[in-house]
Amino acid sequence: MSTDSARSRPILHIDWTRCDGRGVCVELLPELLNRDDWGYPVATILPTGNRSNVPISPALEDAAVEAVALCPRLALSLLNREASP
Amino acid sequence: MSAVTSSPPATAARLFVAGPHAELAAHIAAYGAAPPPESGSSLVGKLEESGLIGRGGAGFPAWRKLAATNDLRRRPGGAVVIANGAEGEPLSRKDATLLQHSPHLVFDGLLAVAGAVGASEVFLYATEVSMKRINAAIRDRPDMDRVKVVVAPHTFISGEASAVVNAIENNLAIPTDRTRRLSDHGLRGKPTLVFNVETLAHLALVDRYGPNWFRTVGTNSDAGTRLVTVSGSGLQPVVLEVPGAISLRSALSSAGVNVGTIQAVLVGGYHGAWVASEHLDTPLSPADLLPFGGHPGAGILAVLDNGQCGLVFAAEIATYLGAQSAKQCGPCTFGLPAMASILSRLARRERDPALVTELGRLGRLTSGRGSCHHPDGTTRFVLSTISVFADEVQLHLGGRCSAPDHRISEARQ
Repeated sequence: MSTDSARSRPILHIDWTRCDGRGVCVELLPELLNRDDWGYPVATILPTGNRSNVPISPALEDAAVEAVALCPRLALSLLNREASP
Repeated sequence: MSAVTSSPPATAARLFVAGPHAELAAHIAAYGAAPPPESGSSLVGKLEESGLIGRGGAGFPAWRKLAATNDLRRRPGGAVVIANGAEGEPLSRKDATLLQHSPHLVFDGLLAVAGAVGASEVFLYATEVSMKRINAAIRDRPDMDRVKVVVAPHTFISGEASAVVNAIENNLAIPTDRTRRLSDHGLRGKPTLVFNVETLAHLALVDRYGPNWFRTVGTNSDAGTRLVTVSGSGLQPVVLEVPGAISLRSALSSAGVNVGTIQAVLVGGYHGAWVASEHLDTPLSPADLLPFGGHPGAGILAVLDNGQCGLVFAAEIATYLGAQSAKQCGPCTFGLPAMASILSRLARRERDPALVTELGRLGRLTSGRGSCHHPDGTTRFVLSTISVFADEVQLHLGGRCSAPDHRISEARQ
């Protein structure tokens, strides 16, 4: 994967202040997310660092869009840039 | 400009040259009048040359923060500048001490930054303990009329940058979810710059005397002086101004600690890391503390003496940190108390080796999953504890403890 395509990848942002661990995103993105001990999503591809911003591969983009739309807590958003506040 | 000038302080003590409880006249006699306002790019340049890094805890280069806001200052509504004296760390006294004795230096730094970015709003955010002094000092400063003073609550996270903005905007001193930097989208959506009060005091001196003067103390990568608060070993917390990259040993000795009888020192506060006594020659600088997983943070050095149990001490801190979660983010709400509970079981000498692996697992699970760094900092502290006190962990898993009072309680059983 070239650096350029990695940079243009959309990012799934998890707003932890809204997330209530309902688990819809984990069902829609099983390749990307697991549930932790308390039901909150964990990005399996990011073992360390900031795990609120999860890069999305092209194959998972549609599922990510769906997860954003279906999250009952409106805790997810897709960012089209590297967001590291 | 006033003709009053003064030679820059030639010693390592820079921030308290005007003496205790310095009033405006003493301040000007010691430091000279503040220089006239300058452009944002000029102040950015001076700060970059000075090498000043933030003194609030995160250790970010001051010039980069100023540059980020300066670039966006022409947005409609203008920029916001906030002096942060919230000092939520229970073992820190440096910001309150600075505001008590050198408030005018902090004001000078705040106004220099506000002038440089043409700020539309300027705030000073500090705890109740400093309010009387701040308000009295402001009465002598007509140039501070534009600054709004906001009281920070006494919580651990009230000084986190997004919590500061939230406190001023919504009277809620808890962090917020961010997808944009505060420099881009802060208070009421305006470009916002939050500087620790000590950072502003150093900045005021860089502004007066220049970056080369600033660099005459400290090292190339840790220039200038920093305030530290030393506690433990039977001492009330004591605030010292020390040169950048001073050794831990020298800093502790200067505070009156008998370094011959200490077991370890917690560097950087409750989100910091332990350094064992055999490494006391380590300099208090970001680069030198990196191998320990630590950072000078807000300059906190907490001593653990021989004969004290590191696990008991750390379990109390971890329990406090768990309780200080804002309980907005699930991994922090549940992960931190879970870690604190396991560390407490280890401290109570529960003989279950799985506790150690479980602590590691919980730390890795929780870290990096919050809207602020409270879970990451707490994890760092807990994992540093079981690493530096690995021998104590083994004793506890065998039902024993190195601390005499624990041995006494065993004998009584």
